[in-house]
Amino acid sequence: MATDVAVTDQGHGHELDPNLNYLQAGRGVLSWLVTLDHKRIGVMYLISVLTAFFMGGVFALLVRLELLFQGRTIMGPETYNRAFTLHGAIMVFLFIIPSVPAALGNFVLPMMLGAKDVAFPRLNLLSFYIYVVGAIFALYSIISGGVDTGWTFYTPYSTGTNGSVVSMTLGVFILGFSSILTGLNFLVTMHKLRAPGLHWRRMPLFLWGMYATSIMQVLATPVLAITLLLLAVERTFGLGIFDPALGGDPVLFQHFFWFYSHPAVYIMIVPGMAIVSELFATFTRRAIFGYFAVAMSSLGLALLGFIVWGHHMFTSGQSEFATMAFSALTMLVAIPSGVKVFNWTATLYKGSIWLTTPMLYALAFLVQFTIGGLTGLFCGTLSVDIHLHDTYFIVAHFHYVMMGGTVFGFLGGLLYWWPKITGKLYDERLAKVSWFFVFVGFNATFLVQFIMGSQGMPRRYFDYLPEFGRYHAFSTVGSWILGLGFLIMAWVLVKSLRSGPPSPPNPWGSAGYEWQSASPPIVLNFPEVPTITRGPYDYHLATEEELFDGFPEDRAKK
Amino acid sequence: MNPTEPTIQLPGGWSTLSPSVDWTYYFIYWMSVVLFVGIIGAALYFVWKYERSKHPKSEPTGHNLPLEVGWTVAPVIFLALIFHWGFEQYVSMTSPPADTLDIRVRGRKWSWDFEYPNGGHSPELHVPVGRAVRLLISSEDVLHAFFIPVFRVKRDAVPGMYGTLWFRATRTGRAPFYCAEYCGAAGNTPAQDGSYAGHFNMRGEITIQTMQEYLTFEESLLGPHPGESTADWGQRMYRENQCFTCHSTDGTRMAGPSWRGLFGRQERMSDGNGVTVEENYLRQSILDPSARVVEGFQPVMPTYRGTLNDRQIDAIIAYIRTLH
Ligand code: HEC
Ligand SMILES: [Cu+2]
Repeated sequence: MATDVAVTDQGHGHELDPNLNYLQAGRGVLSWLVTLDHKRIGVMYLISVLTAFFMGGVFALLVRLELLFQGRTIMGPETYNRAFTLHGAIMVFLFIIPSVPAALGNFVLPMMLGAKDVAFPRLNLLSFYIYVVGAIFALYSIISGGVDTGWTFYTPYSTGTNGSVVSMTLGVFILGFSSILTGLNFLVTMHKLRAPGLHWRRMPLFLWGMYATSIMQVLATPVLAITLLLLAVERTFGLGIFDPALGGDPVLFQHFFWFYSHPAVYIMIVPGMAIVSELFATFTRRAIFGYFAVAMSSLGLALLGFIVWGHHMFTSGQSEFATMAFSALTMLVAIPSGVKVFNWTATLYKGSIWLTTPMLYALAFLVQFTIGGLTGLFCGTLSVDIHLHDTYFIVAHFHYVMMGGTVFGFLGGLLYWWPKITGKLYDERLAKVSWFFVFVGFNATFLVQFIMGSQGMPRRYFDYLPEFGRYHAFSTVGSWILGLGFLIMAWVLVKSLRSGPPSPPNPWGSAGYEWQSASPPIVLNFPEVPTITRGPYDYHLATEEELFDGFPEDRAKK
Repeated sequence: MNPTEPTIQLPGGWSTLSPSVDWTYYFIYWMSVVLFVGIIGAALYFVWKYERSKHPKSEPTGHNLPLEVGWTVAPVIFLALIFHWGFEQYVSMTSPPADTLDIRVRGRKWSWDFEYPNGGHSPELHVPVGRAVRLLISSEDVLHAFFIPVFRVKRDAVPGMYGTLWFRATRTGRAPFYCAEYCGAAGNTPAQDGSYAGHFNMRGEITIQTMQEYLTFEESLLGPHPGESTADWGQRMYRENQCFTCHSTDGTRMAGPSWRGLFGRQERMSDGNGVTVEENYLRQSILDPSARVVEGFQPVMPTYRGTLNDRQIDAIIAYIRTLH
């Protein structure tokens, strides 16, 4: 550690040299556990969500393996029910929701603002520990008997079934607070800590996405919290809220649940879109076509997210009028989604397209999100949804959005910012190979599920009729290809950590503000508060020889 | 309206509602195909054309307001159209005609019970072709959902609430029905025959037959199950017709006399006459309970004329004879 100790402001209180890179400043496990540095907190989140992703993935592979053959393959029905519940709950609550905002967002958001940290560094650390406590509850429920309710916890099934429903719901309840605090922190940071010259019109699209996401996190998550609390109260004290045997109303639970969980779907997808906008800009080297429309469409999605929850309940017995209204509102979602897709495509026009692995992930996102979005039209159309509801069509639809969309965006973002986070380059060729397997495996796994579903195969089935056998077998083989792709991807990252060559500050030649820092960044991100004089996508200001090495004036600062 | 053949995407359409639903499905499908090919085709073309080695310097294209407004507004027309069709069809799905044949559907972990208009129960679903059938669905425990793919209908079975769906089949045949709302499983150990019970097994086949065949099936429900003795069948009638609410079989006095040792017993009627209980007296007590009322009881028993047929009454008598 440097002898020339500088005490810094902003809660970086310990004896850190602000000019050291953030990985070297402070050593030992403790320096990580009590850190207030948004970058270190981001990295801790990253490790946590990747662990969760691994666990959720293993459960997914087990579920698919069980379905390889008709009848029992590797586990009984009860174990199967627990496996798909844990897959869903872990992926949604422990992985996807925190993946982009809390892990990557934590790292890059202040840097994109030219700030030293988030507005409330202590709160940031707190929200990480709340996440950890929530995760421990969730893990406890796995060890102590598991949960078999599906990630939706529908009553009255969840009121009556055995297993650790209470600890799982408490876990999710606690995780919700982590999400709320992160959202709140980001909102304040974006309002208060923008560098001089960084007005709203210059804000990177990633941040517009984070802004929309944060609003949803802050407003919707409390509803989930209270719903789960009511469920726990019903289970423990036998108070009739949702269970008709006790005088409750099971459909009420669905309303409450989806009032959160539909916005949650956009809490998951909007950050994916936000990353993809950055990737498109950097790797086409041009401004995103329709910047303002793309930014506003994120807010549009956030707004619509609150008023379409009833489209999960078209067969539930809610009123016909509600059903009609929810269907009509759901159709509107297509508009901001379409705006994004059209604008991304137009951004490719006359760009200078660099097919790096992150860009391949962005392009795969475009393909898969388009499929996910278009199949959403089937689900939003009332009469058609009556047939498709609760079948594999729905499973395929939301995997195309959540995995084909958000997870691909996350992976693209992970590789894109990897050199910034770790200071190391990764093996592009091997990364492309892994992308290929992930892309092919994903589509092989889920494309057939559309057909299964429209043919009438219900979801959450341990067994199936013989006519669905070939589709299930195909899908399972697809999941192995996907698994292989992730394995190679993991190897790429490990290899980079162990022996990756050091990264220059701006390996992609991006005009984004976060790339104007060192790789890895110094503790306070920038040596001095940067003054923003151009937009994050103003590539046309660059000259010919700057194209592949970033802006010379940026290098001059270093 | 004619039934439709199965396609790669959809199972055969066997109800009057299915052709219009399928039409909407395929409209959205082809619209999606065109959009997908257009968008992804354009994207791939741009990627090929403007790949960095060919096009090292990007050219800013500036704004194009008409284009942006265009692709924001144009989808609205399509969205309005598919919403309209979807809603219109949904309305006809939820408004059954007046003259439906009503079948009561009860879901429970993990089987369905169908109660037919004549009071017969069965785990099998049979419906007549060409006749509007309405299913009145409820659940005895957790949520289930009743789903018949060939009719394109689905409805949740909610405890404490009725759900309805209706259809008019356009052909005879057999097709699967499912429980579509997750409802758990009975555990990891299979039954003796190796089968498992759970959500995934809460399915069966619907049999669509001519009215004549359907009526024969319905009638047969009122007879004994295969392998059931007459007295056992009688005992089942005692249960299913709720005779037990007033008659015990162990000697306990309830609203009506106990059936224990009833056959051959000497009884006094409220008019003072004596009776030896034998077949004709029992038959009369069931069909015309107020004709002769047992002394000390109120004449509260309803008549079962029209509910129980001759064979069923025989079976109940056979059951009563076994209760010494
Ligand atoms: C609402 C209560 C009630 C129900 C339900 C009821 N019963 Fe009765 N039943 C009575 C009463 C009260 C009597 C005695 C008065 C009478 O004879 O009408 C009686 C008498 C009888 C008797 C004559 C018994 C005797 O001691 O002489 C027979 C046989 C009988 N019921 C059969 C049936 C059958 C079969 C059913 C079901 C299909 C049935 N009951 C359902 C109330 C009921
Ligand atoms: Cu069920």
